[in-house]
Amino acid sequence: MQREEAQAAVAISIDNLTVEYGPVRAVDGLTLAIPTAEVFGLLGPNGSGKTTTINCLTGLLRPTKGTVRVLGLDAQSDGQEARKVLGVSPQETAVYPYLTGEENVRLFGELYSVPKKVLGARIDYVLEKVGLLDEAKRRVSKYSGGMKRRVSIAMALVTDPKVVLLDEPTVGMDPQARRAVWDFILELRDEGKAIMLTTHYMEEAEELCDEVGIIDHGRLIELGAPGDLRTKYQARDLEDVFIRLTGRRIREGA
Amino acid sequence: MKLGHALALAKKDWKRVFREPAFLFLLILFPIMLTVAFGTSFGALGGSQTTQFKIGIVALGGNSSAPSQLSHDLSASGAFAVTDYADNRSAQSALSQGQLQALILLPAGFEQSVQSFRAHMSDPREWTNSTISIYLDKGSPVTAQVIPPMLVQVLDQGVLGIKSAAQSTPLSISSPSDVEVQGTSVFQSFAPGLFAFASIYMIMIVAQSYTTDRETGVLGRIMVTPTTSADIVMGSALSYLVVALFQALLVYACVYALGYHPDAGMGGLAAGFLIIMVFALCNIGFGLITAAVSKSAGAATGISFIFLMPQLFLGTFVGSALSPTAQEAGRFLPAYYVTDALTSLWTRGASVTSPVVMTDLVAVVLSSVAILAVGALIFRRMASR
Repeated sequence: MQREEAQAAVAISIDNLTVEYGPVRAVDGLTLAIPTAEVFGLLGPNGSGKTTTINCLTGLLRPTKGTVRVLGLDAQSDGQEARKVLGVSPQETAVYPYLTGEENVRLFGELYSVPKKVLGARIDYVLEKVGLLDEAKRRVSKYSGGMKRRVSIAMALVTDPKVVLLDEPTVGMDPQARRAVWDFILELRDEGKAIMLTTHYMEEAEELCDEVGIIDHGRLIELGAPGDLRTKYQARDLEDVFIRLTGRRIREGA
Repeated sequence: MKLGHALALAKKDWKRVFREPAFLFLLILFPIMLTVAFGTSFGALGGSQTTQFKIGIVALGGNSSAPSQLSHDLSASGAFAVTDYADNRSAQSALSQGQLQALILLPAGFEQSVQSFRAHMSDPREWTNSTISIYLDKGSPVTAQVIPPMLVQVLDQGVLGIKSAAQSTPLSISSPSDVEVQGTSVFQSFAPGLFAFASIYMIMIVAQSYTTDRETGVLGRIMVTPTTSADIVMGSALSYLVVALFQALLVYACVYALGYHPDAGMGGLAAGFLIIMVFALCNIGFGLITAAVSKSAGAATGISFIFLMPQLFLGTFVGSALSPTAQEAGRFLPAYYVTDALTSLWTRGASVTSPVVMTDLVAVVLSSVAILAVGALIFRRMASR
C-alpha cells in the first residue's frame, strides 16, 4: 500500500483524555488524531504525561475522562480486540532474562496467537531487522542494555501489528543499532502502519517523525511537523523548539 | 481463556525453574537434599515416646472371660487405651486409618488355651496351643518395639497368672516380621511429611516470580497483549503442577532409596500423587496472594513465610513431634491433610476409599480450590496496578 493511500484512515484517536492520580492531573484534556502510515512523536519532559497516555492506549490505565480509540476500537470497552492490533514496546526493557532472544520473541508471538506456520519466519524477520539474528540463541541476561532494548522492539513487532507504540525505543543503543531501528521504523511506516513513539532524543524525532506533539504538565502545547515547528519558532533544530516551549528547568519523575 | 496462551506462559515458567539457580535450588535440589539429610539422620529408631498406646482387640472366639480379662488388664496397666472390636474388618480399617497404633487378634481357641494352661500349668501335653496376631501401625515405628513385649508382660502376669518370664505357655505371639516392622525407623514416619515440606516452598517461588515480573515490567507488558488474567493464572497452574509432579517423583525416588517402601498398590500411589498435585494448586494460590500484597521480590520472600511457616511446622512431619494443641491447630492447614493422607495411604496401607483418606482428600481439594480462587482474584487487581 502506498503511504499516501494509507494515510486516509485515523489509527489512533485521543479525545479530551484526562488522567488524575488523586489531586495530580497527569494528562489534562489531550486530543490527538494520528493517521495510518505516519510516525508520530509524543515529546515532553519527564513526568509530562507521555507514558500515562501510552498506558491509556494499551488499556492498562483507565482514563478519568475522555476516550481513546485504536483503529476505531475503544481501548477500554473493546480492550481485548484493540490489543490484538497493537504492538507495544514499553519504557522498561521488559524482557525475560532467562529466555533467549528468540524465546522472548516467540512467547509474544504465541500470546498474540500468531499461526505456528508463519511464526518462525516472522521471528527471524524481526530479529534480523533489529540486528539480533546471530545472537538469537543467547540468553537475554547476557545481552547488553541496547541489545535488550532491541529484543523488546522485536517482541512488539513479531505480530506484524497495525498500530505500534514505542516508549523511548532507542535508549542505550549505539549509533549503528539506533540507525537500524530507525530504518525499521520508517519501513513499517511505509507499509502503512501507524507508529507513536516517545523519545527524549530530539534528533531522533526530527529524523523519524512526520508529526510531533509536545506536551507539558499533561497538556498539548504544540503540534506539527518538525520542519514547520523549526520555521514557526525560527529555531535551528527541534531541541531548540522544545527548550523554548518547556523551559530549561530540570524535571524529575517518570 | 485460551489454552494456547496458558501453555506458552507455562513453557516460559518451566524454563525459568531450570535456568534460574535460586528457583532450581528451592524447588528441585532442596527437597532432594532435605530428604537425603533426614533419611541418613533418622534412619535408625529415635524420637519421642508415646506414653499411652491406642490398641484394638478382636476376640475371634467371642468375648468370653479370658479376652475380657486381657482387655481389662491392658487398660489397667495405664499403658494402653483399649477398644474392643466385634470383627476383624472394622478393626483393620481403624488401624489403616491411624485410629489405632496396634491391633491384637485373639484366635478362636484363645479361651480354651488359657483354660487348659490354668488347669494343667505344669503339663504342656494338656495345653491347647494358639497364636495371637499383632498388627502394628507402620506409621508409628515406636509401637513395633514397645507393644509386643508389653503385651506379653500383661498377658503373663494377668490372664495366665505367671511370675517368671522363663515359664512357657500355650500362647505365642506372631512375629513382628509378619507385619513388616523390621527396619522400621523414625524416617518411615517422617517420609510422608517430606512431600508436603518440599511443595510448600512453591509459595515463595510463585510470589517471587510474579513480583519480579511486575518490577521489571514484563507482567504489565503481558497484560497489554490479548492474554487475560485467567490465562496467566492457568499458565502458572500448568507449569507448577508439572514442577510439583517432577518434585514429588524425585522425593519419592529418594525416600524409596533410603528405605521407605510405601505399603500401597497402584491406586494408593496414584491417589497420593494426586493429593500432592492438588496441594501444589494451594501453594500457587498462596504465592499469588503473597505477590499481591508484596511491593518487591524481597518483600515477597519475607511475607511468604506467613503462609509457609505454619504449614511447615504444623502440617508436615514436624507436626508429629509437637504438643497435642499444636497438632490440633494443624487441622486448619491444608498441609496437615496432605501428610495425613499420605501416611494413611502409603504407610498404613489404608484404601483410597477409606473415610480418613476421603476426608483428607476433600479437605485438600476444597481448601486448595478456595485458596487458588482467592489468589487469582487478588492477582487480577495486582496485575493492573
